[in-house]
Amino acid sequence: MLASAVLVVAMLVVALRHESRLLFAQLQTLRSERDALNTEWGQLLLEEGTWSEHRRIEQMARTRLDMHIPGRDRIIVLDGTRPAP
Amino acid sequence: MTSRRTSGTVRRRANVVLGALYIGLALLAARAAYLQVVSADYLQIQGQARHTRVVKDNSHRGMVLDRNGVPLAISTPVDSVWAHPPTTLQEQKYIPALARLLEMTPRELSQTLKRSSDREFVYLKRHVPPNLATHVMALKAPGVALLREYRRYYPAGPVAGHVVGFTNVDDLGQEGLELAYDAWLRAIPGTKRVLKDLQGNAVEVVESIRLPVAGRDLVTSLDRRVQYLAYRELKSAVQKSGARAGSAVVLDVQTGEVLALVNEPDFNPNNRANLRSDTFRDRAVTDLYEPGSTLKPFTVAMALESGKYATDTLIDTTPGTFQVGGKTIRDTHNYGVLSVAHVIEKSSNVGASKIALSLPRERLWSMLRRVGFAESTGSRLPGEVAGLLNPPSTWVPIEQATISYGYGVSVTLLQLARAYAVLANGGELPPINLLRQDQVPERTRVMAPGIAHKIRRMLELAVGTDGTGTAAKVPDYRVAGKTGTVHKLTPSGYSADEYVAWFAGFAPMEHPRLAMVVLIDHPSGDRYFGGQVAAPVFSQVMAGALRLLDVAPDAPRPATTVVAAKEAKDVR
Repeated sequence: MLASAVLVVAMLVVALRHESRLLFAQLQTLRSERDALNTEWGQLLLEEGTWSEHRRIEQMARTRLDMHIPGRDRIIVLDGTRPAP
Repeated sequence: MTSRRTSGTVRRRANVVLGALYIGLALLAARAAYLQVVSADYLQIQGQARHTRVVKDNSHRGMVLDRNGVPLAISTPVDSVWAHPPTTLQEQKYIPALARLLEMTPRELSQTLKRSSDREFVYLKRHVPPNLATHVMALKAPGVALLREYRRYYPAGPVAGHVVGFTNVDDLGQEGLELAYDAWLRAIPGTKRVLKDLQGNAVEVVESIRLPVAGRDLVTSLDRRVQYLAYRELKSAVQKSGARAGSAVVLDVQTGEVLALVNEPDFNPNNRANLRSDTFRDRAVTDLYEPGSTLKPFTVAMALESGKYATDTLIDTTPGTFQVGGKTIRDTHNYGVLSVAHVIEKSSNVGASKIALSLPRERLWSMLRRVGFAESTGSRLPGEVAGLLNPPSTWVPIEQATISYGYGVSVTLLQLARAYAVLANGGELPPINLLRQDQVPERTRVMAPGIAHKIRRMLELAVGTDGTGTAAKVPDYRVAGKTGTVHKLTPSGYSADEYVAWFAGFAPMEHPRLAMVVLIDHPSGDRYFGGQVAAPVFSQVMAGALRLLDVAPDAPRPATTVVAAKEAKDVR
């Protein structure tokens, strides 16, 4: 009785060991995948940071797109507190 | 007979052999039991030591973000090349090729390895580019491996260099917020066990012994857009005026959050190999300056508080000079008889001195202490200094007079900005914070709302047509502020031709949102007044910041450009 119980437990230990190894290997792959994605994300953030650098945006808006801040007389202020006549 | 004897002999022999076998078996069993039970632990450790190794498992440092989630500092993984010196030294033939890849001479490499030949780990080169890492691994040199580390990048570069600070090669904060909040940002490395092959190379990770903990992200109070505006305008002002240095800070007057903090000269935290350390200094918190005329509003606040003065009380400043204890206090012109409000508008030193001297000196001291001078702002920025203000018991009359117009007292830029926030928010001292606040923090009342309000009106006059700070005006908004031009204190006394130009102010007038202080240190041209070099920076940055933060204009506008909400649809 006891002997068979020991045998069963022994087999379970072996099986669980194996399973844990497999799961750990999976964890490793997933982790390296996460690392790769993190790396890519970090690089994309940096790239975005470089492209959206204010100095660059400003220069492009001014030179290439010929944009400028409108003069005071061309800005209309909407006053929500004043009723329409 | 013979056969029987023979058969008896055979049996006896068989028994001997069997007995020997049993003894052998018993010995084997005993040995097995000894190995399995008695010395199992020892053997397991020894076995693992021969085919596994424990290595460091790094994780990334938290990001530094601006208040809208835009990154100001990011960690990206890079690899560092390391070696197990005894293993690598066994195979000399790989060394020249390895040295070439790592940009070392073979001699240097061997020496590095030999020096640490009794150790398990030595860095060969840190933070290598990914393609170089691939090449190194392709070499398959024994005992050479990569370690995942993290390098810090600063997308905003020099724009936020001083305030964000930087880390060293070990990912530890060295300056700025990186240092102040290092414990929060820092990752805790874990350890993992790896299997190694015959050459000692790690081939497989078998278990994590301790999981690494990644650093936490830090959401700062900075606004990258406002920060950029302040950076751009300060840089151009410093260049245009040929100044030695400059600083500017923008505060939210309600919460005490720092929206922008910039210094000149600047530095690029991504590339600091050839930089001198004095460019790292965050002058806005580490350097002390005399505030000059920007301090006058607090002298006047003290006067109003005493009840002896009102906004329209008249003070005779004729003839533009005033003798105190053998020293002469001067105004730039003879302003004649001025009201208290005009003392601020014209920035009269004589007027401020006469007010200060007519009242007990403890009053002025108490006012200056209450609005936060001579104490740390609590920003937690490294190297922040408290400033200097002598106790009133040591003041002589001339000192009492000069302090009233900002000489003989030293402040940081951040302190002055906080003091102006008190005037702007109706008399409450906000705690300075570099982290985003989701609600208005608890503030201490240090000045009656009515007095703060009166000073605000006077400061609006000071940027008005007849004031000294007209260049600080912002289209469509009513702003308030005060200029200051200070003779620089040098080891040999006050310099005759070196100045510090100040502007401190806030906007919009009706419901102030932002306070800003600009300092230009030693403008070298013939334009050196605060109203000439510092006030324009305020105007430009404020105009942009108020627009970016969607603050409604409060200045009267030409009638045709204001329409009510319902009508707006038709206009478009």
